[in-house]
Amino acid sequence: MNKGYPSSAAAVADIPDGASIMVGGFGLAGLPVNLLRALAEQGARGLTIISNAAGRGDLGVGRLFKGRQVRRFIGCFPVPGHSQHFEEQFLRGEVEYECMPQGTFSERIRAGGAGIAAFYTPTGVGTILAEGKEQREFNGRSYVLEHGLTADYAFIKGYRGDRWGNLAYRGTSRNFNVMMATAARVTIAEVEEVVELGALDPEAVVTPGIFVQRVVRGEVYDKTWVA
Amino acid sequence: MTRPGLPDEQIAQRIAAELEDGWYVNLGVGIPTLVGNCLPPGRDILLHTENGMLGIGPRPPQGEEDIDLINAGNQPVTVLPGSCFFGQADSFAMIRGGHVDVSVLGALQVSERGDLANWMIPGQRVGRVGGAMDIAVGAKRLFVAMGHTTRDGAPKIVKRCTYPLTAVGAVKKIFTNLAVIEVGPAGLVLLEVAPGVTPEQVAAATEPPLTIAPDLRTIPF
Repeated sequence: MNKGYPSSAAAVADIPDGASIMVGGFGLAGLPVNLLRALAEQGARGLTIISNAAGRGDLGVGRLFKGRQVRRFIGCFPVPGHSQHFEEQFLRGEVEYECMPQGTFSERIRAGGAGIAAFYTPTGVGTILAEGKEQREFNGRSYVLEHGLTADYAFIKGYRGDRWGNLAYRGTSRNFNVMMATAARVTIAEVEEVVELGALDPEAVVTPGIFVQRVVRGEVYDKTWVA
Repeated sequence: MTRPGLPDEQIAQRIAAELEDGWYVNLGVGIPTLVGNCLPPGRDILLHTENGMLGIGPRPPQGEEDIDLINAGNQPVTVLPGSCFFGQADSFAMIRGGHVDVSVLGALQVSERGDLANWMIPGQRVGRVGGAMDIAVGAKRLFVAMGHTTRDGAPKIVKRCTYPLTAVGAVKKIFTNLAVIEVGPAGLVLLEVAPGVTPEQVAAATEPPLTIAPDLRTIPF
């Protein structure tokens, strides 16, 4: 078994128009920049992007909005000043946007990956984000029904990975990557270093390889701090 | 006109004094972030950040920032002995599951029954909710840190929030430049006033009625 791909371009080559894609990362931590760059060059359009933020200028999923590749965005926090490509298209009615609480977003993806159809959460009760959703009381407290979320593809970023898809992370870069890896039909992991089988301490594997279908070493990482 | 009462740093200091040994604490952006700079010495207080870390250390010196080590405000942080990392689902299990002892958030409005509005202004079209709703419903205690009024002097503590809500009946205590106010079952209770500020001044800057605590005190600075 070898899930290794020779390049980011090869790893995203078959993504069709209209695909739904989960994209990990919080800030620049755990952001699969190489896969996103490759998808921008590949040119698939009409995409549904499932990502906490809507890009950082031209970086991250911002590149896909800039290239008008996105039809629908599901997320939590388009960062002011960083999400201009998304916001312009959303305000012109060219991109749909479903905004949800970050914990609900995380749990919907976790549930989707774990085979759970739906769950009740107290988050959002009494707010506009719960409007139109089924509510139910348990032990005197109100909860809102939210559905598990899955996607055709997940783009995630690990620190080290092996050819079976086992992944280890670094710092605060696990964020959405660990749930998204479980929730897509095809999970594509880019890593800073591909290591031999056995080189990852089994105690330190955070994403077990069963969740990952493709592994690629990211071509370029700019680790310069940007405020 | 300078704002009366406490500067933001002292609001943060007052909140920090509430934090007990062994508490897990989540801090929002703005004044809440400043609380991290004035944690009382001699207590083990672990800061939680929803992007996936417990035990956040201070900002590193310039040049030693690491893009893989950030807080929810996208600021660089450091690792302390005893720190740990986790994914978002675990992070929000900590929050929503009631494991975080106190969360401190900023606010646009707080109502007399503890409703919180802090994520959107009326007419805003791009929603940016982040983790605010989960944090507001999930923390064991929700504190609000904010200026007592808007820049134009309008009360931010109101009878009923006119801004889109973040959570209903969630706020326990409000810390402002003028006062410390508790959200009680029978309404708002004025617990403390800032030095040089009278209860009448606080009441005038607050829309709903305030009950003055029998042991009202001045915030000690």
